[in-house]
Amino acid sequence: MLARFFADTLQLGVAQAVVTFALALVVVYVARRQGIHLERESIVALVRGFIQIVAVGSVLVFLFRGPSWVSVFILLLMTLAAAGTAARRARGISGAFVISFYGIAGGAGSVIVLMTWLGAIDPRMASLIPVGSMVIASAMNSNAVALERFRAEMKSRVGFIEAGLALGAAPDRVVAPYVQAAVGAGMIPRIDTLRALGIVWIPGLMAGMILAGSDPVYAAIYQFVVVGMIFAASGLTSVISTLLIRGRAFSPAEQLQLSVQV
Amino acid sequence: MPEGDGTSERMIAVLRTEHLTRVVEGRALVDDVGLSIERGEVVAIVGPSGSGKTSLLRLLNRLDEPTGGTVFYEEQDYREIAPRELRRRAGMLLQQPYLFPGTVAANLAYGPAAHGERLPEGVISDLLQRVGLPGYDDRDVSRLSGGEAQRVSLARTLANGPDVLLLDEPTSALDESSQLGVEELICRIIGERDLTCLIVTHDRAQAVRMAGRAVVLEAGRVVESIPTSEMKHAR
Repeated sequence: MLARFFADTLQLGVAQAVVTFALALVVVYVARRQGIHLERESIVALVRGFIQIVAVGSVLVFLFRGPSWVSVFILLLMTLAAAGTAARRARGISGAFVISFYGIAGGAGSVIVLMTWLGAIDPRMASLIPVGSMVIASAMNSNAVALERFRAEMKSRVGFIEAGLALGAAPDRVVAPYVQAAVGAGMIPRIDTLRALGIVWIPGLMAGMILAGSDPVYAAIYQFVVVGMIFAASGLTSVISTLLIRGRAFSPAEQLQLSVQV
Repeated sequence: MPEGDGTSERMIAVLRTEHLTRVVEGRALVDDVGLSIERGEVVAIVGPSGSGKTSLLRLLNRLDEPTGGTVFYEEQDYREIAPRELRRRAGMLLQQPYLFPGTVAANLAYGPAAHGERLPEGVISDLLQRVGLPGYDDRDVSRLSGGEAQRVSLARTLANGPDVLLLDEPTSALDESSQLGVEELICRIIGERDLTCLIVTHDRAQAVRMAGRAVVLEAGRVVESIPTSEMKHAR
């Protein structure tokens, strides 16, 4: 209906955003009637989200005209930001930022480089940045989940870990079950995503490609490719980060270090 | 060598500490401790809560790192011994058994397996027999009572074939009847294997029953080292 009133794409977009904003306000109002007061947070989040995404879109307009190496720089910045976010969620782990950076760069970075080289990701910036950002964001989530799980396991199993050490076992052997649990925790959401693909949800990328006029079958296959990349990157990130944090959990004399027990 | 001058084979210090100290956040948990434990000796470390008994034992097993001084095992500085080898030679029994999920037999095999060894046929059954749990090989550890679990924990430590046994309040988590049973068992095994043993206990009566000598700690420092027969006069 809106398209009948707005021929210009930009105007149509603004109108669609206004309608969406109004719909969100209705939800906020209904919540308020139920005694749930989220008015301020919801409105701030809506306005902030709109400004942020429009700003990113505007920046992309500029960047897409730039040289291709800019995309590498952008993905690197995204990785740093992702490491910062993951490190905040893994508070209490010393060196969480560095570990997260290596984990995400190693996991997401290697998948992006490999798949671009193989041609599964279009190296043009308009494709590389959105797909790369999806891979990095998922790796960030898996990294945070894996680190938090490892920290929680270590904290609750101090006695068992020291019992193993006291028997002369290597730290790697003693914490192997907790490493496995942490990597598994980081990967389970991605496995669920693969399982539910197309049945429970049609992901945004596929929907966007169909909306943009792509063949639905190709859009579906490419969506699978992207989810597969996300799975691989998340798994690799979880493994790298957990192994790095495991290395920091013990002193050179194979003593459990307090910084991880906190 | 002449007898009685402290130089006979039995008088060799198996374990000796020199100025052993551990300071954490400005507080001395273990403060300039000098100990000498002879082969086959059973020594009780006694003292009030927070006096550094467990901290001292953890240093001896190198579960914690000294901030000063060191430990000698058979006159070798323990920093020159690989931690895993050291912990195997100086087996430590923690206050709680902390058995790994699985069977009793798997727990007993854990230490040797960690060193790439497989226990010879019958060793597990023999160890279980010795700790009063014959036929428990395939029992799941989740089905054990507190006393049984601590016996399995002792057998697990013994499976490593240690020369020195470090016991951290090994009966404190048990009820009274289990306490005495485990205590008798430990005394018997120490005697049978001629083990050198340090036992941390807050119970002076237990120290008298189990050890020949008591080292009294206060605020991390050794304030007295006396035969347990004189314990009544200990501070």
